Amino acid sequence: MHPVQLTAGSVAIGGRPVLRGIDLTVETGEFVALMGANGSGKTTLVRALTGLLPLASGELRLFGTPFAEYDAWSRIGFVPQRPGASSGVPTSVWEVVASGRLTRRRLLRPLSRADRAAIDHALEVVGLPDRRHERVTSLSGGQQQRVLIARALAGEPDLYVLDEPTAGVDLPSQQALADALGRLKAAGATVVLVAHELGPLAPLVDRAVVMRDGRITYDGPPLADHEVHHPSYGDPHTHHHTDGTPTSRHDHAPHLDLPVDR
Amino acid sequence: MSSIGFWDLLSLDFMQRALLAAVFTGLAAPAVGTYLVQRRLSLMGDGIGHVAVTGVALGLITGTSPTWTAVAVATLGAIAIELIRSRGHTNGDVALALMFYGGLAGGVLLTGLGDQSTSLLQTYLFGSITTISPSDVWVTIALAAVVIAVCVGLSPQLFAVSHDPEFAQVAGLRVTAYNLAIAVLAAVSVTVAMRTVGLLLVSALMVVPVATSQQLARSFRTTLVAAMLLGIAASVGGLLLAAYASFSANVAPGPTIVLLSLAGFAAAWPLGVWLRSRQRLRAPFAPIVPEGHDMADHDVAHGHVHGEDCGHLAVEHGDHVDYVHDGHRHAPHGEHYDEH
Repeated sequence: MHPVQLTAGSVAIGGRPVLRGIDLTVETGEFVALMGANGSGKTTLVRALTGLLPLASGELRLFGTPFAEYDAWSRIGFVPQRPGASSGVPTSVWEVVASGRLTRRRLLRPLSRADRAAIDHALEVVGLPDRRHERVTSLSGGQQQRVLIARALAGEPDLYVLDEPTAGVDLPSQQALADALGRLKAAGATVVLVAHELGPLAPLVDRAVVMRDGRITYDGPPLADHEVHHPSYGDPHTHHHTDGTPTSRHDHAPHLDLPVDR
Repeated sequence: MSSIGFWDLLSLDFMQRALLAAVFTGLAAPAVGTYLVQRRLSLMGDGIGHVAVTGVALGLITGTSPTWTAVAVATLGAIAIELIRSRGHTNGDVALALMFYGGLAGGVLLTGLGDQSTSLLQTYLFGSITTISPSDVWVTIALAAVVIAVCVGLSPQLFAVSHDPEFAQVAGLRVTAYNLAIAVLAAVSVTVAMRTVGLLLVSALMVVPVATSQQLARSFRTTLVAAMLLGIAASVGGLLLAAYASFSANVAPGPTIVLLSLAGFAAAWPLGVWLRSRQRLRAPFAPIVPEGHDMADHDVAHGHVHGEDCGHLAVEHGDHVDYVHDGHRHAPHGEHYDEH
C-alpha cells in the first residue's frame, strides 16, 4: 500500500495542459525531492497529489484508496508555500500550529490532553517552543516556514507534502528546517517535497524526481555516483566539485551553487 | 422633558428593550466581523447591508415583518457574493460592488412602488433602537445567540478555513461549506444589527471593534473576545450616551454607537503603535551567528582545529590553506577566521 500512487496523471489549468502522463509512486518512509526549473510543474504536481487541483486524466490513489473515496485526511500533512501576506487578524504561533490538529479533532470538542501534547511536541521539533505566544507575522520567513511545518506535524500524519519549504529562507533557518525534517524522517515519516535547491536538505533525500515542461525527466537516487566515488564520502558538502565533467545523465539536474564551485 | 431623570429613563420598557438589543448586537456583530476581517472582506457587511435594504422594502410593501424578509434577502445576497467570489473569475470587491448597487437601488425602487413613506425605510437605514418592539427584541436575541454560538463554537474550524483555505482543504474541512456559513452568519448579524445602528452603518459595528482589538492583541482568540467586549461597550455605551444627551438635543443612538466605537479605535491606535515599537526595541534583531569570529570561539564552536588529514576539504588559497566544512569555507586570517 503506497502512500502516493499516481498513474498516467495529467492536469490542465484553464484548458492548458500543465502536467502530462505523470507516473509517480512513493514508498512508505521515502524522502522524495521534486526538483526542476521554475514552471516545470513541481508545485502543480504537489497540488494535484493533495487534491487541490483535479486530475484531467489518470488515477490517484492515496494509501491505496482511490482519491474520490479518500477521507483519511489526518494521514496527510500539507505544508503550503509560505503566504506572502498575512491574514488580517493577529494570529499567534500556537494558534497556527493548533489548527493543524483539526484533522484529529471532532466538532465542538475542546482540545484534549493528547491534542495539547501533540501541539507542544510539534513546536518543540521545529525549535520554536518559546515563540508560541508571539504573532506569526513577527517571525522571520524561515521561522514562519517552520511554523507551517509544525502545523502539519501537529496532526501526526504519515505523509508530509511540502511545497518549496526552503524558498526565500535564510541559511540558518534552512538548517533548522533540515533538522526538523530529519527528525520526521527518523520517526519513519514519508516526505514529498518540492525544492528548487536542496541546500542543507540534500543529505536527507532518498530519491530525486526532476521535472521539465510538465513531465518527469529523471527519477532516481540523488547524486549517488558522487557519494560512491568521492573519497570524503559522508561529508555532505564536498560533492559536486571534483570531476567537473558532469555525465550526460545529470545535465538536467539543477545547478547547486556550493562554495567550492568556482 | 426634565420631569424625568436619566435613571428614570433607563427603567422605561422601551429603553430596557433597547439595552437588551444593544448587548446582543454588540456581541454578535464583531464575532462575525473578526472572520470577515481575517478574510480581508471587511466591507462584506456593508454589501449585505445594502442588499438587506431590498429585503426591508419587500417586507414593507408586502406587509410582512421587515426583519424576516431582510434575513431572507440578505442571506441570499450573502450566498451570491460568496459564490461570485469563489466560483466566478471576479474579485471579492467586484462581487461586493454588484450587491451594493443592486441592493440599494432595489430597496428604494420597491419603497417607491409600494407608496411607502421613506421615513419608515429610514428607521432601518440609520437604526431606531428605541422603537424596537417586544417581539423584535426576542427575534434579535435569538438570532444573535445563534450567531455567537456558531462563531465561538466552530471557531477552530472557521479560523482554519479563513486563515489558510488550502491547508484547511487538505486537512479535510469542507471549505466551501464553512465559507458559506460565514456569509450566512454575516447576513444574519447584519439584520440583527439593522435595528440598532441601521443598515448603512452596520458594517462599522462588525469591523471597527475588530480593528481596535487587533491593535493590541497578539492572538486570534484575544482579538475575537476583545472585539466582542468592545462591541458591547460601544453599543451599550453609545445607547446610554445618546439617552443622556437626549435631554438637551436630538441625538440618534445609531451614529452615536458608531462614533463611540471609532473613538475607541482612535484611542487604541497610538497605543498599538507604541507597543509595537517598544517590542521592536526590546528585540531589535534576530540572533545572528557572527560572520567573523576569533580562533578560540571558532574552535569551541566546532570542537575542531583544522590541519592536515582532518577530513575536511582543503583549498589552497594564496599563502594559506582554507578548509571547507558545514557549508562554508574557512579561511584563517590572523587571529580570526573569515567565513566565505
